[in-house]
Amino acid sequence: MEGIKIIVLAKQVPDTRNVGKDAMKADGTVNRAALPAIFNPEDLNALEMALTIKERIAGTTITLLTMGPGRAAEIIREGFFRGADDGILLTDRAFAGSDTLATSYALAQAIRKMGRVDLIVAGRQAIDGDTAQVGPQVAEKLRIPQVTYAEELLDITGERIVLKRRLEHGVESVSAPLPLLITVNGTAPECRPRNARLLMKYKHAKTITEIQSAAEDYLHLYNDRPYLNIHEWSISQIETDPSQLGLEGSPTKVKKIDNVVLQAKESRIVAPTDDEIGDLMKELIANHTIG
Amino acid sequence: MNSVFVYCESDNGIVAEVSLELLTKGRKLANGLNCKLEAVVIGTKLNGCENDLFPYGADVVHVADDPRLDPYQTLPHASIFTGLMREKKPQIVLIGATSTGRDLGPRVSSALHSGLTADCTSLEIGDHEDKKEGKTYKDLLYQIRPAFGGNIIATIINPDHRPQMATVREGVMKKEITDPDYRGELKKIEVDRYLQPEDFAVQIIDRHIEKSRINLKGAPVIVAGGYGVGSKENFDLLFELAETLGGEVGASRAAVDAGFAVHERQIGQTGVTVRPKLYIACGISGQIQHRAGMEESAQIISVNTDPEAPINAIADYVIIGDVADVIPKMIRHYRKNTK
Ligand SMILES: Cc1cc2nc3c(=O)[nH]c(=O)nc-3n(C[C@H](O)[C@H](O)[C@H](O)COP(=O)(O)OP(=O)(O)OC[C@H]3O[C@@H](n4cnc5c(N)ncnc54)[C@H](O)[C@@H]3O)c2cc1C
Repeated sequence: MEGIKIIVLAKQVPDTRNVGKDAMKADGTVNRAALPAIFNPEDLNALEMALTIKERIAGTTITLLTMGPGRAAEIIREGFFRGADDGILLTDRAFAGSDTLATSYALAQAIRKMGRVDLIVAGRQAIDGDTAQVGPQVAEKLRIPQVTYAEELLDITGERIVLKRRLEHGVESVSAPLPLLITVNGTAPECRPRNARLLMKYKHAKTITEIQSAAEDYLHLYNDRPYLNIHEWSISQIETDPSQLGLEGSPTKVKKIDNVVLQAKESRIVAPTDDEIGDLMKELIANHTIG
Repeated sequence: MNSVFVYCESDNGIVAEVSLELLTKGRKLANGLNCKLEAVVIGTKLNGCENDLFPYGADVVHVADDPRLDPYQTLPHASIFTGLMREKKPQIVLIGATSTGRDLGPRVSSALHSGLTADCTSLEIGDHEDKKEGKTYKDLLYQIRPAFGGNIIATIINPDHRPQMATVREGVMKKEITDPDYRGELKKIEVDRYLQPEDFAVQIIDRHIEKSRINLKGAPVIVAGGYGVGSKENFDLLFELAETLGGEVGASRAAVDAGFAVHERQIGQTGVTVRPKLYIACGISGQIQHRAGMEESAQIISVNTDPEAPINAIADYVIIGDVADVIPKMIRHYRKNTK
């Protein structure tokens, strides 16, 4: 069987799981700068699914595609260390302020530019929004079917893929033709760790912007070893209708952001002692809250 | 005035709870806008389903009844729904944020090139003034949801694109019959007008759906655990307390992410919304996305080592202490007093 071409969609996100007290400002908002930027967790499950397919079908290639600021190149390197073959950073000021629709438009246009693609694999959702919209929207823009919440790869041939989906109240197995877009659930197998050999190989992988600010004596590396170049695409590399990009291309607008002031109730402090907890339980039983 | 539409999910002819909740909300929005409320049901065995929907105030019920349309599949449902929306041009479309709605909604919004806001916790009608453009917009849908970044709530609008689409989780809106005798109009959808053979490219091979054994919505008492519970083993204490009190165990997203509890137990904006008689928050800090799913509980107890935890502010009783120490005491004293 001939190898297939896979694109993994990934996003760099603030680690919303670790908004500890240190990251909170006095006004109750988050100091984003204090949060580490990470590979969106379910996008790692997506990468793992792609890697599993690559192991099953020789000649398969995996390209990691991410849209974001320059620093998002970090997750492409992370993808290389785990087995991705190629990486594209889609970055441009014109993308700023994109909602999910404008994001999916830009991603779909980048994918179109890549020629034949058999499979697009994305995480179910990104932890900074939990919307789960970009995957299905990209599929619609490319006019290909979608299989969401994939949990397990059951079978794949060059033409069809069989997947187990995790739904709210159960599971479903589906067989779908390629080309196809899949979104992968957090319950799918975890991504394999970095591979030491790949880490050595790709340690210096950089985008052109990063290369330009690197030390002179490194530059020859990127001519000698083309695989170290992370492709950096701006809107001049992809065909776009500017009215569909960024803020302008986003139907949803933020009208306002309100700071929620907690309406403090008159709380009763109960000491963690047997006496006070005993009294509390008696009270809750007496007023029929429990029991 | 163009209508408010609700996509109604159905399983074997039974319309989902969340869809009835959205019809209730949709009725209120339609009253405010002075327009019709229309429901779309796509599935099979739907004979008579309109009679279940009219009492919620549906003026028109569109029904696509065909054995190929149940169980739900993305492409056939998206083709029918998108096609119908192109013809009817609603101003608002509401969809349940279930595994079905979250699969369908973005596909449809992309096809219609309209904005979609996920997991709204509140929907209102209001105006908007764009000072830069010097334009005023009347009667927009305010799509309100917590935003990442602390104690903040964002109001999202779609000034220039229609329909204005939003998804809402089950339990966020309250289901209420508008008028048991309310009668609307039934319209059958001719499915072949919208479907293409390619819409059936994905085949369902096997399907196991179970009625969930976890009933958070109906539980009078919820013992919810957060990251502060520390481990899956410590969560067993919460199960013991819940069982003792005749309640159910919930969790914060951080506890789910840490693997202490399964996703179905997640309470909050992107989980389940609950309103029990008693909510016991154990080792939960009380971030806004969590509060969104539980702050209407009748009584709240917070068990937390941190006196400053935000959850304490909305709690009726605050126990400053370690979960591992406090929960066994609660179990013991409850048993002692109910024998
Ligand atoms: C888009 C989006 C959607 C989200 N949706 C949800 C959602 O639906 N539901 C949800 O819950 N969250 C949601 N979140 C996450 C939310 O913002 C918080 O990160 C999360 O609720 C924090 O969970 P926690 O309170 O368990 O953890 P933490 O914030 O880490 O708090 C742990 C608490 O435990 C206390 N503690 C520690 N040790 C002990 C001990 N031994 N005994 C007692 N107390 C102890 C600490 O003082 C602290 O208050 C969402 C976030 C985003 C960005």
